[in-house]
Amino acid sequence: MPKVLEFENVSKVFHQGGLLSQTRILANDQVTFHVNKGEIFVLAGESGCGKTTAAKIILGFEDATEGQVIHNEKRGVKERNREVWLTEGVQAIFQDPFATFNPLRVVDRYFFETVKNYKLAKTRADAITLIDEKLQAVGLTYKDIATKYPSEFSGGQLQRISIARALLTDPVVLIADEPVSMVDASLRMSIVNLFRKLRDDFGVSVIYITHDLATAYYVGDQIAIMFRGNIIERGPASEVLMNPLHPYTKLLRESIPEADPDRKWKSDVKLSDAESEDFQRKGCKFAGRCPFVMDVCRTAMPPEYERGEVGVRCYLYAEERTDAEAVTEQTKA
Amino acid sequence: MKTLRDLLRDYRFAISFAIVCFLFVLAMLSFVSPHDPTVWFYVPRDMSPSWENVLGTNSKGQDVFWQATFAIRNSLIISVIAASVSRVIAIVVGMTAGYRGKFTDRALMFLSDTFLVVPLFLIIVMLAMLLRQYMNLVTLGLMLAFFGWAWDARVIRSQILSLRERDFTKTAKLSGTRTLPLVMKEYMPFATPLIFSTLINNMVWAIGLEITLSILGLMNMDIPTLGTMLNWAITQNALLLGFWWWLMTPIVLSILLFISLYWASVSISEYLDPRSRIQRVGAK
Amino acid sequence: MGEPILRTEKLKAFYHLDVQGDKKIVKAVNDVSLSIYPNEVYGIAGESGCGKSTLLRALYNSIEPPLRLVDGAVYFRVDGKEIDVAKLDPEQRRRLRWEFISYVPQGSMSVLNPVVKLKKTYRDFLESHVGGKTKDDAFAMAKEHLKEVGLPDDVLESYPHQLSGGMRQRVTIALSAILHPQIMIADEPTTALDVVVQRGVVQLLRSIQAKFQNTIIMVTHDMGVHANVADRMGIMYAGHIVEEAPTDDLFKRPQHPYTQYLINSLPQFGDRSKRDSVPGAPPELSNVPEGCPFHPRCPHAMDVCRAKYPQFTQVNENHRAACWLLGGDTNAESA
Repeated sequence: MPKVLEFENVSKVFHQGGLLSQTRILANDQVTFHVNKGEIFVLAGESGCGKTTAAKIILGFEDATEGQVIHNEKRGVKERNREVWLTEGVQAIFQDPFATFNPLRVVDRYFFETVKNYKLAKTRADAITLIDEKLQAVGLTYKDIATKYPSEFSGGQLQRISIARALLTDPVVLIADEPVSMVDASLRMSIVNLFRKLRDDFGVSVIYITHDLATAYYVGDQIAIMFRGNIIERGPASEVLMNPLHPYTKLLRESIPEADPDRKWKSDVKLSDAESEDFQRKGCKFAGRCPFVMDVCRTAMPPEYERGEVGVRCYLYAEERTDAEAVTEQTKA
Repeated sequence: MKTLRDLLRDYRFAISFAIVCFLFVLAMLSFVSPHDPTVWFYVPRDMSPSWENVLGTNSKGQDVFWQATFAIRNSLIISVIAASVSRVIAIVVGMTAGYRGKFTDRALMFLSDTFLVVPLFLIIVMLAMLLRQYMNLVTLGLMLAFFGWAWDARVIRSQILSLRERDFTKTAKLSGTRTLPLVMKEYMPFATPLIFSTLINNMVWAIGLEITLSILGLMNMDIPTLGTMLNWAITQNALLLGFWWWLMTPIVLSILLFISLYWASVSISEYLDPRSRIQRVGAK
Repeated sequence: MGEPILRTEKLKAFYHLDVQGDKKIVKAVNDVSLSIYPNEVYGIAGESGCGKSTLLRALYNSIEPPLRLVDGAVYFRVDGKEIDVAKLDPEQRRRLRWEFISYVPQGSMSVLNPVVKLKKTYRDFLESHVGGKTKDDAFAMAKEHLKEVGLPDDVLESYPHQLSGGMRQRVTIALSAILHPQIMIADEPTTALDVVVQRGVVQLLRSIQAKFQNTIIMVTHDMGVHANVADRMGIMYAGHIVEEAPTDDLFKRPQHPYTQYLINSLPQFGDRSKRDSVPGAPPELSNVPEGCPFHPRCPHAMDVCRAKYPQFTQVNENHRAACWLLGGDTNAESA
């Protein structure tokens, strides 16, 4: 299975503060994952977990402090390739469909510009045919969007138009950053179903970034759960979400309000009040809130342990006790 | 022309449009003036308004009305030169600083801040004294332009800074748009209201400064402008001597010009404001 | 259930807008008759643009131009007597606000004054409503109240920006409950919050309701939140309440086609079979279709649906829906 995207040991440090006092925020801490061709890969987590930073690094909007991003298995390419979308078939859609387009320009202008800049068609008529084809893939036609401004569409329609524009270049990877969180609940599924269609009919890989685990379960093939800059659990989406291993994943899963009055929250949750503390922690970043915390958890970030197809970074799953002890000895040395 | 019709619904624009048209017509009349404005004593001096001389005559033996047409024309020319050239500078500086950021931004803003902090009026007066002989419409216009861009450059820069963070910038980049076309196509529609309203404000500022310089005697007095007319009227003691028509003409015309330009600026910038434009677009 | 503590009768509240000469009337609340009882959590669900925020504002009696009360009335039951809120004078209205009914608007976490510590916000608040207290008394009251609702009382020493979004939201909710109002209205209290934090906020609302036995009216588009916390629910569409039922009943036996579509489109864990969203898009409130506003999207639309708006049919004791499929001729009394 060819890998269309690899994220290798990527770390990203942000510095906050002025000259005199600076805090280092490790937004991404040695994050590693890969996306196969024709796969919907979910990058999930709450705000501040680093998923959006990872997306920006993939797109080249930010540079990784360490590590590298490999597109289409092309190693040895210069790391700081900012305009990777022009060369590697990466496109993206964003959270707020109304912010995705300039409210003062007609929407089809972006389509024509894409066609022109990527030299996708020779004449205007050819361009319109291509644009219409991509719009039909999302359930619209060129006539529906011609000469209209963004404010004349609903959020769901605009998001679909945004996807159509991204499809113009026949991308290999489509990054969808919270694509349905601002779309009404009753229209969400039409967008989410579209991702399935893109994967099945067009072989597009989708990196679906979200905090909505319900749609992630519905549409994801593989999932990686992020917490404060680390991937703490990964594997097939249905497996990870139905049988979560990591205590944080369990907490997330339990906290999702299910649209079923028979499956209410069972107990009350305790919230952490100061989230920035988590970032500065030396050991496992969830140690502050974990009901199963052990001494070893505070010493170093746990390595990834495998349980079948799932990888989980938690000392609870160390193969033998000695693994955990070895780490403690290492850090003491 | 739908734009014009929309604008005319606003009473402020309607009135100012009427006044500006009136003043423009006056300025155009200067081309058919029967008298050369630099010539003196072609009519009897100090005559109050009559059928022959609609606004009377001044102490230099010139017809006040025809002088006024030249005055308006020249004042407008100066202010248009000043405002347009300074727009160009402000746009170039502001957009470059806003989009490039980092070092370019700091350097350009340092330059702009220098112009803001320095006491402009004194420097302009000083320059005017030095260059008195070269002071004509164009040089005065350019000099005012040279000093009038700093504030608006900063305004445009902050607009660009905020636009740069918006998602549609990313969409444009993903569509393959390069920097210059991006700034022109995506940001200009937002910057246009700023540019227009600052254009008109700049015109008002230029006219005001020209009048001030002229009253101080720092302008070539042979060229009729609103300011030089006032200067002559004051130095020739028109008020004391009761030649109200000579004094009031430039004053009333200046006031009309200021009010109409101000109202035009306010109503145009409200019309062009992206928020109201978005509403209008959606309302169709 | 007893007597309703808040009641609306054929409420109509429209926005009269004038955009550069074009006049638009936005029918945000269109003929809504509701009864809300003491000691219950009433959830209002609906998509963006259905008018639910406006309905909340009307319930709170906060109607200001361009919003106008076009028809109908809102009644509060204060001390056993029913009052028409339109007839209140400004002083009475001020007294009722926050002591009888409180309102937590959307994005309320940004409402806290950023330059003063929370304790000052709480004290100012208490002073303006419960006169005659010294500063220390007010402070003690605030501390005790926070302990009562399960929040750490040291947040009073912080500035709003030092707290997380979830904590700010909880603090605002606690502030709205401090005078033990009988009705608390919350507009989208969990939007833009993380899943775990959202759970904490909703649990706070639940515990406040359990402790003080008051009424909470909560608006959110998240059906999962309603399933977890609402006793009864109303589904709002294009300015109308189209269905109302106890939560369990609504999820298990939805009667209105819109509700059915809505519930079926929500992804459930354990089931990855294909789900579809509601076809079409909700109408602009300035341009609502004739008859039943859902008919353009409804698979069962009949001629009568295009012509006349259906009245409520009482499906059973507490469950009513407005749909011609169910009859719609009978003019039902609200439960």
